[in-house]
Amino acid sequence: MNELALAIPWLGKRNPAAARWVVLALALGAPLIAMLFGKTWVRILDFALLYVMLAIGLNLVVGFAGLLDLGYIAFYAVGAYTFAFLASPHFELHLPFWLVLPLGAVFAALAGIILGLPTLRLRGDYLAIVTLGFGEIVRIFLNNLNHPINITNGPQGINMIDPLVLFGWDISRPLKIGDDITINSLFLYYYVFLAFVVLSIILVQRLQISRVGRAWAAIRDDELAAKAIGINTRNMKLLAFSLGATFGGVAGGLFAAFQGFVSPESFSLMESIAVLTMVVFGGMGNLAGVVVGALALTALPEILRHVAVPVQQAVFNQVILDPEVLRMLLLSLAMIFMMLLRPAGLIPAHSRYSRPELVVGKPAPAEAAK
Amino acid sequence: MITLLEAKHVTKRFGGLTALSDVSLTIRKGEVYGLIGPNGAGKTTFFNVLTGAYVPEEGEIVFNGTELPTGKPHEVVAAGIARTFQNIRLFRELTALENVMAGHHIRSRANPFSILLQTRHAREEERLITERAFELLRYVGIERFADTVSKNLSYGDQRRLEIARALATEPQLLALDEPAAGMNATETGKLRELVQTIRHDGVTVLLIEHDVKLVMGLCDRLAVLDFGRKIAEDVPAEVQKNDAVISAYLGGHGTRKAGAAA
Repeated sequence: MNELALAIPWLGKRNPAAARWVVLALALGAPLIAMLFGKTWVRILDFALLYVMLAIGLNLVVGFAGLLDLGYIAFYAVGAYTFAFLASPHFELHLPFWLVLPLGAVFAALAGIILGLPTLRLRGDYLAIVTLGFGEIVRIFLNNLNHPINITNGPQGINMIDPLVLFGWDISRPLKIGDDITINSLFLYYYVFLAFVVLSIILVQRLQISRVGRAWAAIRDDELAAKAIGINTRNMKLLAFSLGATFGGVAGGLFAAFQGFVSPESFSLMESIAVLTMVVFGGMGNLAGVVVGALALTALPEILRHVAVPVQQAVFNQVILDPEVLRMLLLSLAMIFMMLLRPAGLIPAHSRYSRPELVVGKPAPAEAAK
Repeated sequence: MITLLEAKHVTKRFGGLTALSDVSLTIRKGEVYGLIGPNGAGKTTFFNVLTGAYVPEEGEIVFNGTELPTGKPHEVVAAGIARTFQNIRLFRELTALENVMAGHHIRSRANPFSILLQTRHAREEERLITERAFELLRYVGIERFADTVSKNLSYGDQRRLEIARALATEPQLLALDEPAAGMNATETGKLRELVQTIRHDGVTVLLIEHDVKLVMGLCDRLAVLDFGRKIAEDVPAEVQKNDAVISAYLGGHGTRKAGAAA
């Protein structure tokens, strides 16, 4: 929150208190503003929040621990399918969300450990290739496990998934206050997702400023030196994989409930790359950057889509470039320009937790800079 | 004198090359022990075996009466041996304070759950780690750079920071791999004072060094390695007179005094 506030250009550093209010007002008021442009935009905001959660989780693995993961969407899939199996007519199971969502998180964490164990010695390119393969394996399993026994229902996916029911209150139905006011369920989902995002940010921030976060940073900067000061790199890497996966699993469960339908095609390699792009674009290792990156790269392609299709129809009388192609094009362009102009991302990671109050007799900055 | 560390018949081979051949040596509690030898003599290999980075083919190392685990660096650190590197290896993107705080990892207990819940114990421990890390920065004399990202520190200060980070693991034996390499005379002098303070405060020091003047002035005893074998182990004055040492340094046809070999 503070980091997000400080990241606001011009206002952030001059008046942090005001900037904090701006962030809060934007977070709470965003769906109302979006509603002015139509319900679709509220739905896009809901999806943007899911991507924020994914980016926060992936940032933990890539940004904090320095482990390049190109198969992160697999954990999203594990969470989503767990929800679909346990809360849909597919297996005639309708367990409550407060049981299914944590189960999805646990399964995703286990998947994280399964991916982590064989890759402990790998770094950089090699790790990227193995994680990429892992992501594809999960997707292909989901695609093909409808035969000989139908588990995943194959490419058709699973539909009629139960919506989120918070203690007897089905948030997929519009909320009626009196006779005149009804609140669309898209709004309700927005605030539920927002609560999850805020919780994720708080938890990840706590991890970052702790012995665990420092151990990850140590492994990222120099694994050999990390070992030499007594860090059990194996356990810390597995912890990064499993905790990062947990966020993906929870986001996946929310996605399944929100969408009411899951199919393997939602979990393609392109999605993994999209989430990674958000992390890199925003600023690897910086929570505020990652949040902004995810929001920007979910919203911009949608804006482009809503502009590009009518424009193409007006000019050529037909749609030449598919909006999905445009999305990948935009993501690629965003990456290229980012690498050229701001290689460390929109809001670069910096040293996050110096404690000025403990620095007794600290000289003026000018002197320290000598 | 109590024996702190005893290496027994340690042999390490890389393919056909025997980097360490039947090396035995004894380090006593509270002394500064030097390990010298020409380039390629096996000093750093010994360091890597000692700190668990390499698994020796033969022999064992007994520390404080128990055999050290091999190939598990973090357990060696837990047992009480900390090291620095010949080519400085700091956590470049972290500040000086964070580097030292990371060094406290092995001596702190907070687990992911207590961190996520921010239990009182976790917060108290974090506060203590910060305070002690700052004390260590002051101890090595770079507290004014606590907030500086470590890659931006000067060379000498980086060396000091690495020592502070190693001390944060609360070692009984501090192993320094060529700490004076690349330092000028003033910096070396300050380093000598620092090592003496560390020893005075009860930490045994193992020193690999090329600077013979520093080694002779600082070490209580030293061992000389040549081609992976130990050729001498004695007090500095005796080692200087040792024929095997002189010929190892000067190629057997000594025309200069051993002291000039530095």
